[in-house]
Amino acid sequence: MPEGPAEGPAGAARAKAPKKTAKRDGKPAKVVKKTGAKGARKSPKGGKKMAPPAKRPAAKPKRGAPEAPAAKPAPVPPEAVAKPDDAERFDFVRGESYAPAPESTDHISLQDSYGLFIGGEWVKSRKRFQTTNPATEEVLAEVGEAGKGDVHRAVTAARDAFEGGWGDMPGRERGKYLFRLARLLQERAREFAVIESMDGGKPIRESRDIDLPLAAAHFFYYAGWADKLEYAFPGRDAYPLGVAGQIIPWNFPLLMAAWKLAPALACGNTVVLKPAETTPLTALKLAELVAEAEFPPGVVNIVTGAGETGQALVEHPDVDKIAFTGSTAVGKMIQKSLAGTEKRYTLELGGKAANIIFDDAPIDQAVEGIVNGIFFNQGHVCCAGSRLLVQESIADTIIRKLKARMETLVVGDPLDKNTDVGAINSREQLDRIRKLVKSGEKEGACLWQSGQDLPGKGFWFKPTIFTACAQSHRVVQEEIFGPVLAIQTFRTPEEAVEKANNTPYGLSGGVWTDKGSKIFEVSKGMRAGVMWANTFNKFDPASPFGGYKESGIGREGGLHGLMPYLDLE
Amino acid sequence: MAVESAHFPDLKAVPHVDQVGVEERAQRFQKRSIKGPTKLSALKLAVTMLDITTLEGRDSQGKVRQMCAKAIHPLPEDPSVGPAAAVCVYPRLVRVAREAVGDSGVKVASVATAFPSGQSRLKERLAEISFAVGEGAGEIDMVISRGKFLRGEFRLIFDEIARCKEACGAAHLKVILETGELTTYDNVRRASELAMAAGADFIKTSTGKVSPAATLPVTLVMLEAIRDFHERTGRKVGMKPAGGISNAKLAIQYLVMLKETLGPDWLSNERFRFGASSLTNDLLMQIRKQQTGRYQSADYFTKD
Repeated sequence: MPEGPAEGPAGAARAKAPKKTAKRDGKPAKVVKKTGAKGARKSPKGGKKMAPPAKRPAAKPKRGAPEAPAAKPAPVPPEAVAKPDDAERFDFVRGESYAPAPESTDHISLQDSYGLFIGGEWVKSRKRFQTTNPATEEVLAEVGEAGKGDVHRAVTAARDAFEGGWGDMPGRERGKYLFRLARLLQERAREFAVIESMDGGKPIRESRDIDLPLAAAHFFYYAGWADKLEYAFPGRDAYPLGVAGQIIPWNFPLLMAAWKLAPALACGNTVVLKPAETTPLTALKLAELVAEAEFPPGVVNIVTGAGETGQALVEHPDVDKIAFTGSTAVGKMIQKSLAGTEKRYTLELGGKAANIIFDDAPIDQAVEGIVNGIFFNQGHVCCAGSRLLVQESIADTIIRKLKARMETLVVGDPLDKNTDVGAINSREQLDRIRKLVKSGEKEGACLWQSGQDLPGKGFWFKPTIFTACAQSHRVVQEEIFGPVLAIQTFRTPEEAVEKANNTPYGLSGGVWTDKGSKIFEVSKGMRAGVMWANTFNKFDPASPFGGYKESGIGREGGLHGLMPYLDLE
Repeated sequence: MAVESAHFPDLKAVPHVDQVGVEERAQRFQKRSIKGPTKLSALKLAVTMLDITTLEGRDSQGKVRQMCAKAIHPLPEDPSVGPAAAVCVYPRLVRVAREAVGDSGVKVASVATAFPSGQSRLKERLAEISFAVGEGAGEIDMVISRGKFLRGEFRLIFDEIARCKEACGAAHLKVILETGELTTYDNVRRASELAMAAGADFIKTSTGKVSPAATLPVTLVMLEAIRDFHERTGRKVGMKPAGGISNAKLAIQYLVMLKETLGPDWLSNERFRFGASSLTNDLLMQIRKQQTGRYQSADYFTKD
């Protein structure tokens, strides 16, 4: 993932001493009052420093529908205006595809321009950059690029908020804010899902059914822990760490923000969060909800930017803890730069998970699991099942069925409710996928792609598999982070486990067999943080998640996810 | 397929079914959003796949004639809708139905073999098939002996189905597994293999007299069995979910599942049927809605 600090030069030229303009004190972080279940919500405050946000009339509807002023959509059924030849094109039996079923975008509110969310206010930054829709290459909004000074201001605001009340607040009061944020997120789920799909390219079905419900569930789950920390670790006293710097990737922008924010806040830390540069919008929308939930200013700060912003956050001396999700390369740099400091850190990095299919597996469900493992979110998943290890005796059957299944995937417009595989997140990522796929072909692996037509504009890649792979091929060794599966065969369980473990990564794995004892035997031998049996890519806030080896350090989620944000004495 | 060439299937080679996985997959089909021209053509297709059914003790000749009229012209003012695939009645009413449908193309199906329990001697069940065929039934819906199946007497089930197929002669044989009594997906899968190997032209989920009747996951297991059987033998067996499919939305979800599992070759009433009685009017109502943009009162649709 092109993510995190140290992409590009250190940016020393721009790194002036941070200006002391951050609003210190002002209002001592107002504590409880008016939160909790009954608290009346105010509409999101635009922030005094920012002109009232010019709202877009409505995001452009996709399929060239006339731009009605959103007031009264005429109640004409879509088929009444459909062109006559559509009947043939979208015929259920003979048609080439299902008729378009686009999720409407007229209910979302996006500003043309976003600042940084620091100390409860929207702050302008000197530099700005644009975020685009990877499915259309259209610019969605302009966002601020936080420099060192901005990061310093955010960290200072977080420190003030921590010392001004949030750190000492009784857990049950902190919990109320989190519950409130969770509820707000649920209420606005539809809008967030659409924006997530527009900014990141993932199918609306996934952002609607997976990202949003899970993100809200994480806030609910950790809200519940906020007043129970003494029971979480019996016999030990739990104290918050202070200011947490959190850097998240572009593959699950909102969900990763929830994974990071929820435990940190529940434990009494304050946060400076940096979303990925290609997908900042839902984090900024989340900042609006944070304001709406009336969190004390500075408890949550969101600074957008690229690698340099992340680096400034990692290197800031007043940050107590760094939580990073992203590529292994960047994770290593962070680990180096944190060496010798007091800062604590958790890293959730890359993966090259093996999905192991035995000959007694439920075959059709295993094929479905393979598809969910690698084509979920276009393969932009750190725990994706990007290697398939299939027992020799059923390899031909599995591959034949997998190919047939891949032909039925709907690839295209992320906002269409029928889309299974959306757009690649960015041009850089597309280039990286193409490069690795080319290397696979050159090294002798056998490439097969499904036959869907790809849209002309935007960034796309066909669902792809490689057969006849050798362990030494780059497509087997390196994380591709795209819809590309490398298939190998094995003969015995020992061989399967050995091949599965023969990688620098160790994030996740899957095993498919009808025999319970084999599941435990194989899982025991796997060096992976997460194992799925007869399923794949399942997530739950109560379940810890994290990697072995170069897939990272520390766990997120569940009870384990509290520990990295607490001092236990 | 001639019965002589039927081979007892290798039940050890029948793949296992993971309950969580198959239910999850079935749910995915329900997420498809079928709109506009796709929806209209799917609705019309569904009408042509209907086995309009009445299987009650109080069935009368008048009731059957009414039903046949509806099957021939489901929406009298719109000839592009229908006709339905077949009417399905008890053997004693086959002759009435046969006369009522005439040469309209609507087929007459009859349940036989001591429907719905199957609890009588094979001799009598075979005789019932012969009677129904003699009365003019073009399709026979038989039930399997679930008690024997659950005891593991697979060979006996296979033989019974093969004998029934023989008794059908030229009539098509639909084999009802009564999945609600088989309870596990593994059993459903195994029973499907037996029925297809023994010569079934269609496999069918339920009698409609036992709950649960047809569900999406159980139908998916059977569709996957059909797919694998076709890959092995080249023979295309049909599928008939029956019971519990009462609205158009659900019917479309079945069709989506059919299309994405077996492909366009199965998208006709030669290979797919809905066994239903109350589905017809909801399909018609939705077709009108698609054409006019408005829902009409249920009073505008005939109840037969």
